[in-house]
Amino acid sequence: MQIPAAFEPPGKRPPAGDHGRLRFFSIRHARLMENLYAAFEPILVRLHPVWARIGYTRLERPVAAVESAVKGALFDCRMCGQCILSSTGMSCPMNCPKNLRNGPCGGVRQDGHCEVYPEMPCVWVKAWEGSRLMRDGDRIAEVQPPIDHRRKGESSWLRVAREKNGAVAPAPKPH
Amino acid sequence: MLRDGDAPMAPHPDDIGPEPHAPLPPLPGHSSRGRLERVLRRGEFAVTAELNPPDSADPEEVYERAHIFEGWVDGINATDGSGAHCHMSSVAICALLTRIGYSPIMQISCRDYNRIAIQGNVLGAAALGVCNVLCLTGDGVQCGDHPEAKPVFDLDSTSLLSVIRTMREEKRFLSGRKLTSGPDLFLGAAENPFAPPYEFRPIRLAKKIAAGAQFCQTQYCFDVPLLERFMQRVRDDGLEQECFILVGVGPLASARTAKWMRANVAGVHIPDAVIARLEGAQNQKAEGKKICIELIQQIREIKGVSGVHVMAYRQEEYVSEIVHESGVLRGRTPWRRDFQHRLQAVESLGA
Repeated sequence: MQIPAAFEPPGKRPPAGDHGRLRFFSIRHARLMENLYAAFEPILVRLHPVWARIGYTRLERPVAAVESAVKGALFDCRMCGQCILSSTGMSCPMNCPKNLRNGPCGGVRQDGHCEVYPEMPCVWVKAWEGSRLMRDGDRIAEVQPPIDHRRKGESSWLRVAREKNGAVAPAPKPH
Repeated sequence: MLRDGDAPMAPHPDDIGPEPHAPLPPLPGHSSRGRLERVLRRGEFAVTAELNPPDSADPEEVYERAHIFEGWVDGINATDGSGAHCHMSSVAICALLTRIGYSPIMQISCRDYNRIAIQGNVLGAAALGVCNVLCLTGDGVQCGDHPEAKPVFDLDSTSLLSVIRTMREEKRFLSGRKLTSGPDLFLGAAENPFAPPYEFRPIRLAKKIAAGAQFCQTQYCFDVPLLERFMQRVRDDGLEQECFILVGVGPLASARTAKWMRANVAGVHIPDAVIARLEGAQNQKAEGKKICIELIQQIREIKGVSGVHVMAYRQEEYVSEIVHESGVLRGRTPWRRDFQHRLQAVESLGA
């Protein structure tokens, strides 16, 4: 437990074991989280004119702070800025010490725990469990493109609002 | 067709090029100009083996370790810092092996390089005659001899496959910049049917195939029923039609080694029954070899399996015996230098 995940600044400990973490609650209630987000996203998108008037640049820091607080509490979100929770059973893949965004590595222990941190359940074992509870859980089979490290810390919510309004091009799909 | 008793059958003529160190002449429908792809596409049961990379700068150590596989395997895997331990680099081992005509499978681990380094390495490897790559995520640095190192993991194994396929098929980098010549590589992925989440494993293989995987080498198989369950799902989804599956096997040196591996090597699953059988044996090493041969024979019978990948860590000298005694080659001879020389001698006579 001494070594931080690759995505984290050095010195930050990875999340503790499976006791009492809210993120495991969120995965167990992946369907509820999916419904909540399904209700939240259209509002976010419809408010695009408001966001545009205030200015996305000006909004970036406060919104990212709120997003980080909410998703940090619920999912141990690492603010990669290109959220794929809906495709990963509500288990944040950036908590994987290898930052795998397409599935588990081959090192998962027989008890379903992480190769690197034996006391932590594998992020992708949990992702698979969460995805089975969701309506759109089969999105776990979509191939995710390589991460864009420039977006770390950015708000995924604002990006969605802009993308769905055609204000910026969506992230390129892998081939 | 064995001639005069012991003399082996000649390798398939397609597998012998005019120059041993150069890729073979291109064939329609093939991505690479390598021997492994030809063997698999001909529908032959392929055998690959893992080379234990030396902790040395001496090329002779690489050649010594490769010679013992000659004439028994269709591809030699050059590991890339396996177990997060430092060894000679996989690209260098492959470059040495292609010089004399061996068919290496270059392993690329996402742990140690970012996308800039990886794409550069892929071009360099193809230029040096490498025809096969195996795209891996890699073990965490924590299990190696430099646990204090910075893990990279810029790409994951699936996105790495898509990056190299883009380089090969669209002749451009991930950035979109054009290549003047793309790398003709046969793309491989790894899969571990023996680790949780079991139901997700076939889907993960499908994702890797969608990203570009053309062959797949699995983790050590010691549990055939578990493999059969996995292969059933693979066949249900028709994945074996799109990707050649080579199942990993290896001899266990003793019950103690088996227990140690099970506890310390990531992703290795050894059932208690296998360990009990080793413990009950007079000669544990011989029993380990016997188990390995039996496993190969059982695996060969599973529909959709295209070959085996022999990982005989520190027992590499037994690979030829294991392959021979298992009978998986069915009298076939993979490429050997003496046959290459014979062919060249015949050609020079004709000229």
